[in-house]
Amino acid sequence: MQKEINADQNYQKTLIETGWVCFEEATAETYKHLGFKSGLEIHQQLQTREKLFCHCPTGIYQDFDDYDAEIVRHMRPTLSELGEYDGTALMEFKTRKEVIYRIKNRTACTYEVDDTPPFPLNRQALEIAIEISLLLKQYIVGEVHITRKQYLDGSIPTGFQRTAIIGIEGAIPLKNKPIRLIQLSLEEDSCREVSDIGHRRIYTTDRLGMPLIEMVTYPEMLTPAEVAEAAHYLRFLARSTGKVRTGIGAAREDVNVSITGGTRIEIKGVSHIREIPLLVHVEAFRQKALLTMREKLVAVISDPKSWQTRSCILDLDVKAVAYPFPESSQKLVAVLLPKFKGILSHFTQPGKDFSSELSDRLKVISCLEKPNLIHSEMANVEEFDHLAKLIKSRLKAEPGDAWICFAGPDEDIPTAIETIQERCQLAFEGVPRETRKSLADGNTLFERVLPGADRMYPDTDSAPIPVPEEDIEQIRNSLPVDLPFRLAQLKEWQVPQDCWTYLLRNNLMPVAEQIVNDFEVEPLFVCTLLAQNIKGRMRLKKKPFPFSKLVDIFAFLKDNNIKWELIKEMIPIIIDNPKIDFQSILNLLSWKKEISSDLFSAVPYFTKSVLKDCRIDCKTSAISWVMGKLRPRALGNVDMQEIFNAIEKQITTQEKKND
Amino acid sequence: MTESIQGYKGKALEVIKKFHVRVWSDALIKSTRGEFQGIILPRSENDDQFHIVLKLATGYNVGIDVHTITEMTEIGYKEAHYKIPEKEFPFTPGLPKVKLLGTGGTIASRLDYRTGAVIPAFSPGELYGAVPELAQICNLDTEKVFAVFSENMGPMQYKKLAVAIGEEIEKGIKGIIIGHGTDTLHHTAAALTFMCQNLPIPVILVGSQRSSDRPSSDAALNLMHAATAAGHGDIAEVMICMFGPTSDEYALLHRGTRVRKMHSSYRSTFRTIGDIPLATVTRQGVQAIRNDYNPRRNDHQVKILPYFHDKVSIVYYYPNMQPDIIDSLVDNGYKGIVIAGTGLGHVNKLIYPAIRRAAAAGVAIYMTVQTLWGFVHMFVYDTGRDLMAMGIVPAENMLPEVAFIKLSWALGQTSDLEEIKKIMLTPISGEITKGEPYNGYLIYQGGIPEVEEFIRKVHK
Repeated sequence: MQKEINADQNYQKTLIETGWVCFEEATAETYKHLGFKSGLEIHQQLQTREKLFCHCPTGIYQDFDDYDAEIVRHMRPTLSELGEYDGTALMEFKTRKEVIYRIKNRTACTYEVDDTPPFPLNRQALEIAIEISLLLKQYIVGEVHITRKQYLDGSIPTGFQRTAIIGIEGAIPLKNKPIRLIQLSLEEDSCREVSDIGHRRIYTTDRLGMPLIEMVTYPEMLTPAEVAEAAHYLRFLARSTGKVRTGIGAAREDVNVSITGGTRIEIKGVSHIREIPLLVHVEAFRQKALLTMREKLVAVISDPKSWQTRSCILDLDVKAVAYPFPESSQKLVAVLLPKFKGILSHFTQPGKDFSSELSDRLKVISCLEKPNLIHSEMANVEEFDHLAKLIKSRLKAEPGDAWICFAGPDEDIPTAIETIQERCQLAFEGVPRETRKSLADGNTLFERVLPGADRMYPDTDSAPIPVPEEDIEQIRNSLPVDLPFRLAQLKEWQVPQDCWTYLLRNNLMPVAEQIVNDFEVEPLFVCTLLAQNIKGRMRLKKKPFPFSKLVDIFAFLKDNNIKWELIKEMIPIIIDNPKIDFQSILNLLSWKKEISSDLFSAVPYFTKSVLKDCRIDCKTSAISWVMGKLRPRALGNVDMQEIFNAIEKQITTQEKKND
Repeated sequence: MTESIQGYKGKALEVIKKFHVRVWSDALIKSTRGEFQGIILPRSENDDQFHIVLKLATGYNVGIDVHTITEMTEIGYKEAHYKIPEKEFPFTPGLPKVKLLGTGGTIASRLDYRTGAVIPAFSPGELYGAVPELAQICNLDTEKVFAVFSENMGPMQYKKLAVAIGEEIEKGIKGIIIGHGTDTLHHTAAALTFMCQNLPIPVILVGSQRSSDRPSSDAALNLMHAATAAGHGDIAEVMICMFGPTSDEYALLHRGTRVRKMHSSYRSTFRTIGDIPLATVTRQGVQAIRNDYNPRRNDHQVKILPYFHDKVSIVYYYPNMQPDIIDSLVDNGYKGIVIAGTGLGHVNKLIYPAIRRAAAAGVAIYMTVQTLWGFVHMFVYDTGRDLMAMGIVPAENMLPEVAFIKLSWALGQTSDLEEIKKIMLTPISGEITKGEPYNGYLIYQGGIPEVEEFIRKVHK
């Protein structure tokens, strides 16, 4: 009998052959060697009151079990404008999903469920999109054409997303180089997925139709760090308008990755920019692994085109196999992969091998829930010895072949066999074009075949919208300050780097600037107040701070001749009571106006007592003790540094005296 | 007439000519707003003359303002041929032969650049390419009787269809599907009910509310339901087959004389009015929900009565309607008027003289109700009695559109008012019923707790 392969050893061996470098050890050179290239698609929801194509309110979300009605739909592929079927569309059709929409009357009308044509495009959304397009230095189109982009996964009940190009080209300046943009489009957001099990996928329609923009860059980022930098930049730029949504899901990133010899893979739905570097790193090596695997395959199999799987239905009860196949499984199916030995356990991602590429596709395309396969290169394959023997004899396996066994309901078996054949065949080509779902550990999962331009179709329900020069000029005249200017400003103000993200992400620079200019406050004080004190307090209390009131607070302090430091004490109270008037805050703090000479003259009394009665001999402790006594009275009345200096001086003199 | 090339006219056409580019050329356009590259697409005729439509490499379309264009260069050429893949419709022994008669509409359609809208595409091969499941239901043959949009259907088309139905039955077909735009589907259904009597097989009218160029279209499922009802159903009547709920679940078969399009855009737009539908249809088969239907037979004994008179009108009454509305109909030679009256079948006194004048001129006048549900009852109030005395005939619970079709059909056969009255008031297929069942009027009101509960549990 042939010697079975050791899956763990093979995984380790192929990991080394792939040239895997862990993320922490990778350098720019690592990525240059791979031919790493990455581009971004940043989705950012816009802050409008109503949805893009109907008058339903935005930003109201339902619990997944809270709905007024359910609607059932199925999607069918249709032809593109140029008369082609899209590959993704055909794949999605194979999956034969029943799609259920859970609607709430408050956030959905007949438009959301595709029972009425679109209402005219939301002008507010269009203007915000033009504004951001201008900030990106793009070419604005003369006429906006609504296009239908097919999505057969059901995430949009029409089966397509209404989307339109607002501007093309443009660029953003990163630290080392500019990154060019391909386009900015204005589009409607999709449904939120509740679940996707077997042939049934459930969505809610609350988010559906909310306006968002998609900013797409060229694949010009050459390291993971550059990708993150570009993502931050684009996000800050959108935020600088003050007209985009914030919060969970308001901004989502899709990242495109390719390496030399690989192909463009789209990683979808990344919700935190900090996750991007690891994701793209892992994906680059996954492609490298698939290319390494390809070399091995073509060396063994001379004519890939005629390579075929062999399959049979096993005369064995599903339950007789000690493996947790899904409940609905009726039959066991064996598939032989001739000359594929060493491939199924071939490294693809950390902790994953090629068999998981097959398993993912079986889940998505053939609706076979995981765990869905036993194969010849599993770590514990010896537990299925009986099954292995049966398969090998039924399919006349030769040494060097690999096998897979899956279970499923009758109607899914042909698709599943086809899916395995198709994915294995693609292994001869290298990296198949896919969109992949991001996971928290940096790995990705197959989501669907990457769609092409064939899924675009003009929206016959809406007329083109001209964008006249006057409209653009009007928007241009009220553009927010350019992001590079803000970055220079932060540098000039000597604001610590760790505050930048918070200030830019929350678009706080305009208010900081106003306070600095109107009240002559130290820029550093304002920026740290925002990015450290207020941020920290908000985190602690898990409540927002009404930033719009900040200017008024400074004005109040100025009018009452109160020192700025007091504001730090006022913040927690404002967070708890956003509508409170400022005088009441002072009352709550028991704050009283004191004459500064009174405070300074109290210094000797306290220093005397600290040194004599309390017998604190360390000088710093003595200063803090006195400072603590005087602080509540001094705060807002005198400059804290001055009072500190006075205490220090007093203690030093006293000490000398005592000596 | 102004010159137009593929929808481009005026200023846009001038610019295209000036730079020697063509529609379908891959062009580089320099403009004051920047450079754009893509394929120049045809433009919809009704759009303005100041923009050129470009398909970018990403598949998106954009418009370029011709005033901003400084230069255009043709760098390639790619003309699109939009075609539904055509596959030969396979013959399966044992499945019923069904004929699909095409009239136009959105059952299968493709993009029309001229109008920017979708136009019907139609052949067994195309249909099979788009809806391959049909081959598991029946052996389908198709014939394009004519191609008009639903709103352009009229007497000519009704008669042509009736004759075509007669011929198909003669040839032994097992069921007929008529593909039709939805706007006037119920008018055609009524006309065919009167023109094709004693049917031995089902005649199913079907359309779609979402054109088949979209993934969520109801067209494919409607076709499958219609094919099932036509090939396998036992009900041999003229029926409309469209979505029951808006969900992709089942269709309803509505009797051709009691059905009406009730929503401008919903999939479940067709409703039986003042009665219950005949059956539900799924891909598994037809489930009758009443048994007083005309059952399928094996003979070919159909009566085709293709008559129609053009000079009939519906008058939708409104307060303060002036007599000249009626007068002008009479003066223009109209022979029949169906009034959609208020309430139980009323109009104001202001138009009494006009009605007397019309009756004296020998015009057949029938009263229906604009409430749609319920019977005309003209004995309840004086107004009603006055009107009857003047010669208006109450049309029971015939729907206004059905009364219009039936009166046109009756006038197509005779001008004798008594004869017409006999035809009008003798029901042929449920257009007048003996009474209205309690569940014939169900318009649930949203917001009421028990209705909300029902909607939450059952797909509407």
